Amino acid sequence: MMLNTEPNIAAPDDFYEALLAIHQDLTPEQSRAVDARLILLLCNHIGDLDVLRQAMARAREGIEPAGRDAIIAIQA
Amino acid sequence: MHVDYQSLRFEYRRSPDQSAAQMAHHPVVVVGAGPVGLATAIDLAQSGQRVLLLDDDRCLSHGSRAICFAKRTLEIFDRLGCGDRMVEKGITWKLGRVFHRDEPVYSFDLLPEGGHRRPAFINLQQYYVEGFLLDRARSLPEIEIRWDNRVSGIVQSAGKVELTVETPEGEYRLLADYVVAADGARSPIRKALGLESKGRSFRDRFLIADVRMKADFPAERWFWFDPPFHPNQSVLLHSQPDGVWRIDFQLGWDADPVAERAPERVIPRVRALLGQEAEFELEWVSVYTFSCLRMERFRHGRVIFAGDAAHGVSPFGARGANGGIQDAENIAWKLALVLRGEAPDSLLDSYDMERAAAADENILNSTRSTDFITPKNEASRAFRDATLDLAKDCAFARRLVNSGRLSMPSTYRDSPLNTPDADTFSGAVVPGAPALDAPLMVDGASDWLLRRLGGGFTLLHFAEEAPVPPDTVPPIRVVTVTSAEDAEGIAARRYDTQPGTTYLIRPDQHVCARWRRFDPDAVRVALDRATGRG
Ligand SMILES: Cc1cc2nc3c(=O)[nH]c(=O)nc-3n(C[C@H](O)[C@H](O)[C@H](O)COP(=O)(O)OP(=O)(O)OC[C@H]3O[C@@H](n4cnc5c(N)ncnc54)[C@H](O)[C@@H]3O)c2cc1C
Repeated sequence: MMLNTEPNIAAPDDFYEALLAIHQDLTPEQSRAVDARLILLLCNHIGDLDVLRQAMARAREGIEPAGRDAIIAIQA
Repeated sequence: MHVDYQSLRFEYRRSPDQSAAQMAHHPVVVVGAGPVGLATAIDLAQSGQRVLLLDDDRCLSHGSRAICFAKRTLEIFDRLGCGDRMVEKGITWKLGRVFHRDEPVYSFDLLPEGGHRRPAFINLQQYYVEGFLLDRARSLPEIEIRWDNRVSGIVQSAGKVELTVETPEGEYRLLADYVVAADGARSPIRKALGLESKGRSFRDRFLIADVRMKADFPAERWFWFDPPFHPNQSVLLHSQPDGVWRIDFQLGWDADPVAERAPERVIPRVRALLGQEAEFELEWVSVYTFSCLRMERFRHGRVIFAGDAAHGVSPFGARGANGGIQDAENIAWKLALVLRGEAPDSLLDSYDMERAAAADENILNSTRSTDFITPKNEASRAFRDATLDLAKDCAFARRLVNSGRLSMPSTYRDSPLNTPDADTFSGAVVPGAPALDAPLMVDGASDWLLRRLGGGFTLLHFAEEAPVPPDTVPPIRVVTVTSAEDAEGIAARRYDTQPGTTYLIRPDQHVCARWRRFDPDAVRVALDRATGRG
């Protein structure tokens, strides 16, 4: 299946308002926790890994890594 | 009789090779008497191959190393003639429980179905495993073990390998047709050949404490994320024989690996878990950092790398020694055939293909577990915490919780040794898969399918009468299973049989071909293929 990027939400402004409302008065860390839970719930609801990968790729588009993971390349 | 395998010391003995006028020649030298080297030597010897085993030490492994040995490994130990001792001494378990803070979030049963001779797992200290393997090795006249023989140099030339070996009486050299390098994670042979093992290390430290005590935890694997007794970190608890418990405390990257080993630091951590009144003795304490890495190729000419020398994993899936034992049985039958002239040298390339794919599978699984346990950036941590939080009331999230995906044998799906199915089959025992066990009744006594398979190439034939096997090199044994013997129908289900269904099984008990009926010509072609002559 293709990722649906056409309008799919009947009341877009209501949705957007609800999305912001769950972050009201949260610290960035709390917001991150809420987002993480939300993403997991939605991904499970969608279920189709193919679609999820397309969404992940679109979400990541245009962002060049400027951080660094805490892992170390090794050679033995 | 109780043997303290940890404190056994073996004698160095001078070998006539050390004063030979001409370099002594050995068909195969196995370097390293760890679990992988010992298993390789036994397997080779069981097929009649003379083997020289060199170890740089005079003792077995000591301290906190492997404890969890998987069902497939036990089945291999059965074939190697020491499975019963392992299972009798070991602690059998199959349930894993995961806690978040002080609440259970997830549990898994590693072998929910019956009809298997061996359990999902046993816990047994690595020195017992090595000790039982060593006892078996010493009963085989084909194996010569030389302690305190350290390989310090290796050169390959003109169809031979020349090894330099250091002993307390100085060095000597010898020639080998093939060398199996089972010399561990630091593999001096790998270094001497200018090769490397590459991968990644996780920025975390773990305190591994083996504690002797009386306790009434069940024989299960318990894993806590962020427990009240060790906040913000994880803890893993396992039971071992002789009243010893393995406790892994995650410490974080900033912990001081030396200071953390001190009893005055360790004891309060253990008390926090067990209660202030708990009585226990510290048996062994170490602090580890874990890595996942592998060599690019496991075969370099006449030198074959196996076990930790070839690949390394973090221990959360118990895939190190378990994976290494599967390396051992994969290389052993192939080397034996090549040395007997019954297969071309190129058969050994299939070791690299099959076991490199297996190593990738083990590394993938243990990397995923470590990424969950040791988040590598803020997002990883946020998703990890979100998963644990949702796991309380959302079933889907429990399946994402990853405290270790425990060792399973690899299926060599893409192996060139397989004959692809021409007939239609269902079930898990596809070409490349390890044969599955099933209970049988033979002459009124209960038996097991894998025990009847044994080693060597075997035709597993489901019918009322035995067929006449084709005359081949190497020879093929036939094991016929009648419907009366498969009284419970478990073998029929696992192998999706109809009358006449025939499986060709390799000496390492992996399936390489199967048919709906026995056809000697098809068997011959499949055997050629499975021995690299196809
Ligand atoms: C804390 C911890 C927990 C673990 N838990 C598990 C677990 O539960 N399950 C599991 O499957 N795995 C586990 N492992 C991994 C397991 O211990 C290793 O994968 C296993 O020991 C590898 O066996 P090996 O024979 O390849 O190497 P080793 O056991 O390292 O043996 C190598 C041998 O080679 C010898 N040697 C080295 N150099 C030379 C030389 N130059 N000449 C001659 N001999 C030489 C050494 O003396 C040694 O005897 C754990 C590891 C750790 C650290």
